[in-house]
Amino acid sequence: MARTLTFHIFRYNPQDADDAPHMDTFVLDETESMTLFIALNRIREEQDASLQFDFCCRAGVCGSCAMVVNGRPTLACHTKTADYPAEITLLPLPFFKLVGDLSVDTGTWFREMYQRVESWIHTDIEFDSNEQEARMENDVANAIYELDRCIECGCCVAACGTARMRQDFLGAVALNRIARFIVDPRDKRSDAEYFHIIGNDQGIFGCMGLLACEDVCPKELPLQDQLGYLRRKAALTAIGRKGPKNPQLP
Amino acid sequence: MLTFYTDLLCIGAGLAGERCAVEAAGAGFEVVCLSLVPARRSHSCCAQGGMQAALGNCAMGEGDCPDIHFQDTVKGSDWGADQEVAWLFAEAAPVEMRRLAHWGVPWNRVEPGVHTYYKGGKPFEKEELEENRGLIHARAFGGTAKWRTCYASDGTGHSVLYTMDNRAAQLGVQVHDRTEVISLIHDDGNCLGAVARSLRTGELVVYMARATLIASGGFGRIYRNSTNAVINDGGAHIAALDTGVVPLGNMEAVQFHPTGIVPTDILVTEGCRGDGGTLLDKDLHRFMPDYEPEKAELASRDVVSRRMTEHMRKGKGVPSPYGDHLWLDIRHLGEKHIRTKLREVDEICQYFLGIDPVKSLIPVRPTQHYSMGGIRTNKDGAAYGLSGLFSAGESACWDMHGFNRLGGNSLAETVVAGGIVGKKIVEFLKGSEVSFPTGIVREQVTKDRERIDALIKGEHGHENVYDVREAMFDVLEYAAGIYRNGDDLERGVGELQEIHERANRIGLKTNGLGANPELALALKMPGMVRLALCVTYGALMRTESRGSHTREDYPERNDRDWLSRTLATWKEGASLPNLTYEDASPVYTLPPGDRGYGGGKIIPRDAAKEDK
Repeated sequence: MARTLTFHIFRYNPQDADDAPHMDTFVLDETESMTLFIALNRIREEQDASLQFDFCCRAGVCGSCAMVVNGRPTLACHTKTADYPAEITLLPLPFFKLVGDLSVDTGTWFREMYQRVESWIHTDIEFDSNEQEARMENDVANAIYELDRCIECGCCVAACGTARMRQDFLGAVALNRIARFIVDPRDKRSDAEYFHIIGNDQGIFGCMGLLACEDVCPKELPLQDQLGYLRRKAALTAIGRKGPKNPQLP
Repeated sequence: MLTFYTDLLCIGAGLAGERCAVEAAGAGFEVVCLSLVPARRSHSCCAQGGMQAALGNCAMGEGDCPDIHFQDTVKGSDWGADQEVAWLFAEAAPVEMRRLAHWGVPWNRVEPGVHTYYKGGKPFEKEELEENRGLIHARAFGGTAKWRTCYASDGTGHSVLYTMDNRAAQLGVQVHDRTEVISLIHDDGNCLGAVARSLRTGELVVYMARATLIASGGFGRIYRNSTNAVINDGGAHIAALDTGVVPLGNMEAVQFHPTGIVPTDILVTEGCRGDGGTLLDKDLHRFMPDYEPEKAELASRDVVSRRMTEHMRKGKGVPSPYGDHLWLDIRHLGEKHIRTKLREVDEICQYFLGIDPVKSLIPVRPTQHYSMGGIRTNKDGAAYGLSGLFSAGESACWDMHGFNRLGGNSLAETVVAGGIVGKKIVEFLKGSEVSFPTGIVREQVTKDRERIDALIKGEHGHENVYDVREAMFDVLEYAAGIYRNGDDLERGVGELQEIHERANRIGLKTNGLGANPELALALKMPGMVRLALCVTYGALMRTESRGSHTREDYPERNDRDWLSRTLATWKEGASLPNLTYEDASPVYTLPPGDRGYGGGKIIPRDAAKEDK
C-alpha cells in the first residue's frame, strides 16, 4: 500500500474556444480498496473541479463510466487501482462523440442503434388485462435474460476494429440484441425479417472476427457465440433450411 | 433560446417517467422525457430484487391476493400510508406485471416439482404444481406474508427498464438525455414547463408543456453514504420546492437498507435474505432471531436496520478501517443459486470486495437507501399547489409507503403508479388548454441565467461547493440517521441554516464553460441544503417513532398526535421550511394496530390527551 499514483488524463472541453486536446497529470495517494470512481472524484474535488467524467450507479450495472484504462476499454467504477501499475492513463472511449474530457455521448448512438434493429417485441397479440399471462418455460426465460444483461456501456464497439473503420457498423451489441429477440418466442418476426436488418456488411458480415468485443465485455456476454450462431442461421435460412438452435437455449 | 413545445414533459426517464410517457404516447400525445443520463442508465436499472404483485402463482404464494398485499403494505408503512393509494396499488400490480411480460420482460417462471429453499440458514422443501408451469414465479422479501416478489434473476430493474425503454422507443417517445432541469416555469397556479441546462453544452433550454411530470427518483445523495446512484441528488425536488407552493410530503421518512456493502455502500439485494441468507455478528452468531423471533432477517427494513445498529452498539460489530459492520452469509445457498439467481450480488462481491460469496461472508451495514418522502400528490398523482404538475415513483409522495416501504414495493410502484398516473395525465391532457405567457418564461430564464453568471463571477462570495456539501453531509450523519433525538436535531437544524447561508455564497473555481460539473453542483447546492432542512426540521418536529423515523427521546408510535403526514413548503428568502400537517389517510380500511414485528409501544388514537 501507500503508493503514489500518477494519472495521465485526456483533457478537452469542446465548448471552450481557448482549449485544445491535451493530457494533464494528477498525482494522488492510493488508499485501500481504491477504485477509479474514488480516484476521479478525489481529483475533481481536490485538484481540478472542471474535470468531466461520467458515473451513475458506480456499481457496475448502468454502463455510464466506460473509458479506456491503460489502453483497454472497461468500466471505471469497478476498476481497482491496486490491479494497475502506479502510472495510469485514462482516455475517453473512441468511436463515440466526445462531450468533454473522459465523457462521451453513448446515448445518441445507442438510441439510433435500437431504432435500427427495432429493439422491441413485434407481435399482433393485444394485451388483455383480464387474461392470465402467457406461459413460458423457465429455461427460455433464463436464456433471454442471459442476452438481456447487456448494459450498453459501449466497450464492445469502442474495442471493435470494424466499428473504427465504418461508422455504420451495428456492432456486437446490436447483434446480441437481435439474438435476444430471436430466442424470445414472444417476438413474431420471421428469420428473414431479422436478416433483413443484420444480413449485410453493417451487420454479421462486417465483423472481422478479432474477438475484442467479447474480451472487453464487462458483463462477459457470449458475443462471439451469438455472432457465430447468427451467421450459421443466416446461411441456412438463405438455402431454405431451418436454422440451428441458439446455444443459449436449453 | 432553444424552446421545445410538447403535450407532456417527463422530468426523468426511469421506469416511472417512461411508464407515464408510454401511456400518454399510446393515447396519441407528444411526449418529451428529460434525463440526466441516457434513459437506460436511470437508477431504476440498479434495482436487483424484484416487484411485488399478488399473482399467487408459486407454492409459497398460494392464496395470495391484493387484499393481503394491501395489508402487508399498510403494516410495513407503520400506518403512515394513504390506504386508498395502497389499495389502488395492490389491486393494479398483478395486471401491470402481466403487461410487462407481454412487452418482453424475461420474468423467472414456475418450474413444477420439488425444490429446496432456505429459511434462516436451514433447508426446506416445497412443491410447485404442474398446473402453474410457466407462470410468473415469485421470491420472498421482508415484511410480506407470502412469496410475492416477481423477478428476473437479480437484474429485475435492468430488464424492466430496457423493456420499457424499448416500448417508449416503439411509440416515438423522445428522450432528451444529458439535460438537467433547474427550475419549473409556472404562473399563479399552473405549471407550464421547465428551464433546463444541457449537460453537453451548458446552454439553457426551455420546455413548454401542457402537463409536466416529475419522475426523477429519490434524493439520497444529500447523504454521504447512500446506495443511490450519483444522479439522485434531488434536482427536480428542488425545482418543485422552489416554486414556493408545491409541498414535499414526509421528508423526514428516510429508509436505511440493511445490506449496503462496506466500504462503498453498494447495495446487495434483499433477495439475499429473501432467498435464505442470514446476518451474523463478530462471533458469527445469528442475532436477528434474538430480537425478532418470528420474522428474523425478514422483518421490514426499518426494523432490521435498527436491530443491526442496536447490536453493533452492544459491541457485537466487526471492526474495520471503515467502522463497524456485520456479516451477510449466503454461502449455504450454494454455488448454482448464487451464480444465477444472485448473479449481480456475486459480481459486486467479486469486483468491489475481491471476495467470492460462495465461500466468504459479505461485510454489510445499514445505508441510506430510499426516500419515502417527496413531491406530495393526490391519489391521481397530481401535485398539490400547481395544476398540470404530476409526480410518480420515488420522487413522489403518492404515499403508499408511509414511514417505511417494503422491499419490492418501490420497483413495482414505478410501473403501477406510472400506469395509473399516466392514465390521469391523459385525462388531464384531453380536458385542458394552456397559454404560455412569454413574460413569465423570460422572467424565469433571466433569473436562472443571473444565478449562473453570479456563480461564474463569484458575485456573492467564494465558498467552495465541495466544502459546503461535506458540511451538509456531516450534519445529516449525526442528526438525521437511523436513530434521532431532539438535541442533535435541534443542533443540526441550526447548523444547516448556517450552511444554507454559505451555500448562497458559493463561487466557482473554474470557468463554468460547457458541461462544467462544478457549475452543475453549485446550481443545486443551496437547494440540496433546503432538502436537508426539510428532512431534519421535519424530524425535529415529529415527536414520535414511526417506521424509519426513530426518536430515542420519543420511542412510542403516537397515533394520538402523529397519525399525520408532514407537508413542507419553502417561501423565497425563508431560512426554514413551513410545516403543516394532514391526516395520514382519508380512510382506515385497516385500523392502526401492531405490525407483528419490531416491538415498540403504541399510543392509541383515542388515548386521552396529555398536557404538553
